[in-house]
Amino acid sequence: MTIRPGRIAVHIALVLYTILALGPIFLILINAFKTRRAIFADPLGLPNAQTLTTIGFDRVFANSDFGLYFFNSLTVTVVSLVLIVLIGAMAAWALTEYRFRGSTILSLYLAIGIMVPIRLGSVSILRMMVELNLVNTLTALILVYVAQGLPLAILILGEFIQQIPKDLRDAARCDGVSEYRIFFSIILPLISPAIATVAVFTMVPVWNDLWFPLILAPGDGKQTITLGVQQFIGQYVTDWNAVLASLTLAIAPVLVLYLLFSRYLVRGLTAGAVK
Amino acid sequence: MTDLTAPSVHSTDVVSARSRFPVHIAVFLAPALAIYTLFSIYPLIDTIRLSLYAGDETGARSFVGLRNFYTLLTDPNWSGQFWNAFTNNLIFFAIHMVVQNGIGLGLAMLLSLPRLIGGSVYRTLIFLPTMLSVVIIGFIWQLILNPLWGIAPSLLKAVGLGSFFGPWLGQESTALLTVSLISVWQFVGIPMMLIYAALLNIPDDLLDAATVDGAGPFSVFWFVRLPLILPTLGVVSILTFVANFNAFDLIYAIKGALAGPNFSTDILGTFFYRTFFGFQLQVGSPTMGAAVATAMLVIILIGVLIYLFGVQRRLQRHTF
Repeated sequence: MTIRPGRIAVHIALVLYTILALGPIFLILINAFKTRRAIFADPLGLPNAQTLTTIGFDRVFANSDFGLYFFNSLTVTVVSLVLIVLIGAMAAWALTEYRFRGSTILSLYLAIGIMVPIRLGSVSILRMMVELNLVNTLTALILVYVAQGLPLAILILGEFIQQIPKDLRDAARCDGVSEYRIFFSIILPLISPAIATVAVFTMVPVWNDLWFPLILAPGDGKQTITLGVQQFIGQYVTDWNAVLASLTLAIAPVLVLYLLFSRYLVRGLTAGAVK
Repeated sequence: MTDLTAPSVHSTDVVSARSRFPVHIAVFLAPALAIYTLFSIYPLIDTIRLSLYAGDETGARSFVGLRNFYTLLTDPNWSGQFWNAFTNNLIFFAIHMVVQNGIGLGLAMLLSLPRLIGGSVYRTLIFLPTMLSVVIIGFIWQLILNPLWGIAPSLLKAVGLGSFFGPWLGQESTALLTVSLISVWQFVGIPMMLIYAALLNIPDDLLDAATVDGAGPFSVFWFVRLPLILPTLGVVSILTFVANFNAFDLIYAIKGALAGPNFSTDILGTFFYRTFFGFQLQVGSPTMGAAVATAMLVIILIGVLIYLFGVQRRLQRHTF
């Protein structure tokens, strides 16, 4: 057996780091519900009967379209995700299931997008969106995010599709089922666990992105929540209640989703681990 | 070769599959290739093309060859800013490599200890900041380090380091380090997870064999585990490199596009944004912006190539 004191030291180190990782977030969350006086007098204290207030949240909702920003982010994220998973699974299926001329080159071509950030093409992307009349639309963001998310999604889904037993599709082929039906009725349902992993990997960068909303859709009520918070805090920088409340509103949905789905993400990140 | 791995049972299909590119493969591939090419590859190529042009006030563009790059690297109005951003970016990257990946490695080592109680809880919680928006993290730390709120100085005072505190984000000498450490704090979870997975993949037999042969914990780490996770450390390094040389959001959220004080936190991402959109008295220039983006692309490609041909090839022999 391992030595006990060593184990205790390990736990102390891990607990201390966990506190360091969560402390700042916790601090924002508790102070968002306190009066301005309490924020400054007792920043580490939990809100109590005297100090509890939601005035910050009231101001955020009164002075900004937070609900709208949230809805914009949700639309962009969900539509991008559905398209990435569907289109990405189709391409991954084609690249892993069939051997055809150029399949290796196509895989390499797609791999470029994993290493080279699409952000560097922003000058041309903006030009294109201006020509297509898509500036300040959510469509522009969705198109860019789908292009950005596809390469990694195809890689992950492809590896997963390879693990599906061959017998299933061969049996279907013997029954004369079309390639399209094999994909949509047999393969797509089978890869749902991988879809969860792809979803987490895809959703997080899309939901959190500042660059493309700032460049492609900075106004006209098309702001995403990240940009909306950034603009709001820029305006109300001295109103600590409002700033803390807006940060809390931006953190809360991610926090809830993360705690619900963290096992998929951890599974994805540690994919290949055998134990 | 146009034959499929799975032989088709329809005679008509066999004929068509043999004679031309199978339609269904094209149908499966077309949407992904179209969107990816149009909104990812084409803009990158077009950006490189644009970097060879110069625009005037009327919007007309003329081909100028590599002059934009010459301006960027030699014109006193540009080169100072470019090299400043580049140097800052290198420092930003170096801090991530040492601190972020060092802490990530340390945490992964602790978490991979056999029969560790609560390991998955630690992993989940330590990874949490990585999930939040860089912008939100930037604002959180800006509030915490704000001398007005006073939470950072009072916490430091509690551990006896009260005199150490300063307006770190506002001083030219400390702003870049502070911003880098905020980013490190947020992203430590990624190297931690990747290295943790790699450590789990090392067969127990190897570690047991080393222990039986008399290797202490330090020797096991240095001579057995570290060499075996080198490929993962390579992946972590290149991911860090690409992310750092493409960073923008954090500096923009904390310091704005001017990356103050006095450009001390300016990195290539913020420099690109300013060049493209303009700031204060300077008008934005799409063509100069494209030139900066192309320079960033070249830097990132050099990094990726060094990794692929210099680092990864040498490390591959260690994998199972």
